[in-house]
Amino acid sequence: MQPLLDVKNLSVEFALRQGPLEAVKNVSFSLNKGERLGLVGESGAGKSVTGFSIINLISKPGYISNGSIMFEGQDLAKMPFDKMRGVRGNRISMIFQDPMMTLNPVLTIGTQMIETVMAHMDVTRKEAEEIALEKLRKVYIPSPRKRLAQYPHEFSGGMRQRIVIAISLLTDPSLIIADEPTTALDVTIQAEIMDLLLELCETDNMGLILITHDLAVVSEVTQRIAVMYAGGIVETGSTRQVTETPGHPYTQGLIAALPQSGAAGDRLTQIPGAMPSLMNMPAGCPFNPRCQHCTDICKQELPTLKENKSGILVACHHADKV
Amino acid sequence: MFAFIVRRIAQAIIVMLIISFIGFAIKQSFGDPVREITGVSVSAAEREKIRDELGLNDPFMVQFGRFMQGAVKGDIGRSFFYKKSALDVILSKAPATLELVMCSALIIVIFSVPLGIYSAIRPKALFSRFVMGGSIVGVSIPVFLTAILMIYVFSVELHWLPSYGRGETVNLGGWRTGFLTLDGWEHLIMPSIALSSIMLPLFIRLIRSEMMEVLENDYIKYAWAKGLMPKRVWIVHAFKNTLLPVITVGGVQLGTMIAFTILTETVFQWQGMGFMFIEAVERGDAPLMVAYLMVVGLIFVVVNTVVDVIYGLVNPQVRITGQK
Ligand SMILES: Nc1ncnc2c1ncn2[C@@H]1O[C@H](COP(=O)(O)OP(=O)(O)OP(=O)(O)O)[C@@H](O)[C@H]1O
Ligand code: SF4
Ligand SMILES: [Mg+2]
Repeated sequence: MQPLLDVKNLSVEFALRQGPLEAVKNVSFSLNKGERLGLVGESGAGKSVTGFSIINLISKPGYISNGSIMFEGQDLAKMPFDKMRGVRGNRISMIFQDPMMTLNPVLTIGTQMIETVMAHMDVTRKEAEEIALEKLRKVYIPSPRKRLAQYPHEFSGGMRQRIVIAISLLTDPSLIIADEPTTALDVTIQAEIMDLLLELCETDNMGLILITHDLAVVSEVTQRIAVMYAGGIVETGSTRQVTETPGHPYTQGLIAALPQSGAAGDRLTQIPGAMPSLMNMPAGCPFNPRCQHCTDICKQELPTLKENKSGILVACHHADKV
Repeated sequence: MFAFIVRRIAQAIIVMLIISFIGFAIKQSFGDPVREITGVSVSAAEREKIRDELGLNDPFMVQFGRFMQGAVKGDIGRSFFYKKSALDVILSKAPATLELVMCSALIIVIFSVPLGIYSAIRPKALFSRFVMGGSIVGVSIPVFLTAILMIYVFSVELHWLPSYGRGETVNLGGWRTGFLTLDGWEHLIMPSIALSSIMLPLFIRLIRSEMMEVLENDYIKYAWAKGLMPKRVWIVHAFKNTLLPVITVGGVQLGTMIAFTILTETVFQWQGMGFMFIEAVERGDAPLMVAYLMVVGLIFVVVNTVVDVIYGLVNPQVRITGQK
């Protein structure tokens, strides 16, 4: 079966004054219909840039420098603007991190929903409004008809993110990309929003790319996982396998740092050091300055993704020893 | 919203009271009205009697109260020079100024909005750089220089446009308008361009910088991610948010524009309020000067109140707080 999304050798560069900065390096992953993939990694690893490059909406001066993004039989990386516009918000919806910032403060919820429907479907305003109401009900917004006439600031953060989710459902997309959809929300409603998202993906058989640095959330929601480090994927496989038997020293460090992994009272093991700046990457494996298994080859050659003994793809020279 | 409007009007009234007070204070310190009435040949005792009869010896605040009573009825003093009510003099000059300001405001809006938006969404385009460069030049040339240069080129050298006055006007129920004759329009062209020459570049730059800031917001990126048409993203999502700060600054700048009418009207001998004010200063016509200040103050306050109400209509957040 052809995958829903097939990203191959994707590289993204930012044309900075000091020269090009490669924020995403040779990244490949794929997603089947209805499948949920978690994209995890530290801040600055390139998760958001990867997510936005799928709909070719990278902030200036970023651009896709290499690779292909096959989606429903077309290469999004080479698609002209007009056709890309027809995919964005239609076949692929995005959910941003902060619903305070995502919704336009001077437009009503109704306007912001109806315009999305009318941008992609040949319907009347009235029909578009009905679709909007149906989706608001789906995300459990009470008295939706009244809500359409209200402005974003009249809603709480959680309600706003529900509305953003409703907007992402308007055109029945086959893929949703959610970039840290709960990070900006109150801790008490984070789980609620995540559960809602999971429920909707399951009932509508929608694909989901969940970008987060919260491994606990990823293991609850997704079936597969890709771990990013300094712009590249260092490990990818089924969520259960990767979280239970991580193959890459970086992933192992991430999981060891999770609060619940050690016995009560244990100190959290933090990975020593920080991710190198993209401006001065070490030669060889980007993780080598922080890796306790580092040997000479690690400082010379960049490891590529290879299947390890448990069947996970790991980019490490010593994948089978660590 | 209603409460908001009421509050704004109350504020406007307070501001008007302060302006009236200042106007009255100026008037009090200028010359002796009794001398104007009687001349020098009257004895001091008789003068004192007249002062008493006119109430000029009453306490300051009592006199101010009387002044305000008159002002509310439209009596803001008599012009020495014209020998009639100062308000009547001003009202006969107002149409000329208002038509000039209207034309300039129209020029400003028609050009600043599209140019500002374009240079914000295409900051690197050659045309945008040209507009930005031109606007710097525009801001830095003083109005009177622009006016004199235009007169030199288009009137003296080319003989295309008349250099002074309003030309042929038509009386429409007391309102002398230049809008109904070709001659009137020809006379209006250069003064209104001169008057807008400072504000137009300022507004282009203001709209551009506000719009560029708005374009950086997440909700704009989100609008693109929803797959909206570019026009909709720029106009509905970005420009509507740009409008808020532009309206605020725009309201303040309208006041500055009144100051520039004095300059423009003087250079073009445009028979409006500004020209009248300069003449009043030259003739030492204090009541007319004070009346001018009060009328201009009133216009300024009314415009600002209207601008604030419009702001409230565009910004839903203001509307809500107004309801509480
Ligand atoms: N607009 C930009 N201009 C220049 N460089 C950028 C820009 N956006 C991102 N980058 C570079 O790309 C790198 C990856 O950024 P990205 O936003 O994808 O990180 P992330 O993994 O999403 O991190 P976070 O968890 O903080 O969201 C950054 O470290 C930065 O160097
Ligand atoms: S390649 Fe070497 S340095 Fe990199 S993670 Fe593996 S062992 Fe560590
Ligand atoms: Mg991010």
